[in-house]
Amino acid sequence: MDREHCRHLLSGLSEYLDGEASADLCAEIERHLAECADCRVLVDTLRKTVSLYRELPRPEMPAGARERLYTSLDLAELLAPKP
Amino acid sequence: MSDHDADRRMLERIRAGDKSACAECIEQHSDEVYRLALRLTGHESEAEDVMQETFLSAFKAIDSFEGRSSLSTWLYRIATNTALMRTRRVQPIMISVDDPDQFGDDLPMPRPLFDWCCLPERDFETAETRAELERTIGDLPDKLKAVFVLRELEGLSTEETAETLDLSVDVVKTRLHRARLWLRERLSPYFTERARAREEG
Repeated sequence: MDREHCRHLLSGLSEYLDGEASADLCAEIERHLAECADCRVLVDTLRKTVSLYRELPRPEMPAGARERLYTSLDLAELLAPKP
Repeated sequence: MSDHDADRRMLERIRAGDKSACAECIEQHSDEVYRLALRLTGHESEAEDVMQETFLSAFKAIDSFEGRSSLSTWLYRIATNTALMRTRRVQPIMISVDDPDQFGDDLPMPRPLFDWCCLPERDFETAETRAELERTIGDLPDKLKAVFVLRELEGLSTEETAETLDLSVDVVKTRLHRARLWLRERLSPYFTERARAREEG
């Protein structure tokens, strides 16, 4: 394993995972991954981290928050039921 | 009618004191403002305060909104500043001040390296895992957190994120990458422990 090479490629990994890396960079990263087990794990777990966050359910406002917002803005009379 | 035209009409009505236009603005944008505030502050009650403050500030300052960015971007910007001010009361920061050197030039080389991706998918979908993911966002440094939440969780484009936070596109890309590496590093012990327990169990 060539630590210098690992470090060199590290800054391009997000572009690589997002499909935004140049063809040259992709080829270089893939050549490196073929021979570096640590970087394969790094790329796998980084990809998984990104996908876990993208799949995280969107938090919703707690009950009553919308009503309190309208009231705080002096708009309570416009409070319609949420469609 | 384009979003931009629709925004402009709604703004004109808000400026003219039409309360129903304020309500429309709230209906369109309060969910996103709340989610952003929640992820930046980490607390429901704080997020609610930030949301109220954001709309209050926005309606007060509506005359100064020039329409160069979208209304959504402008609200995100106010909410981000409000949330970060609250979480950093001791040392208020304006996110427009960019400080790319804060994290140094070199990315720290991640520590090795156990491939916890082998965990079964259902282990990633538990309420406990989701709570851990949310908690870990809370520990991100503020500057990385704002970029990560807007770009990755709210799904803004790189350009929109840059505009919201008054950063360059390159700085947004760098911070997003740092945030992902940082989160991976923080989450790895948690998932590694679970994967090992499963192997032994």
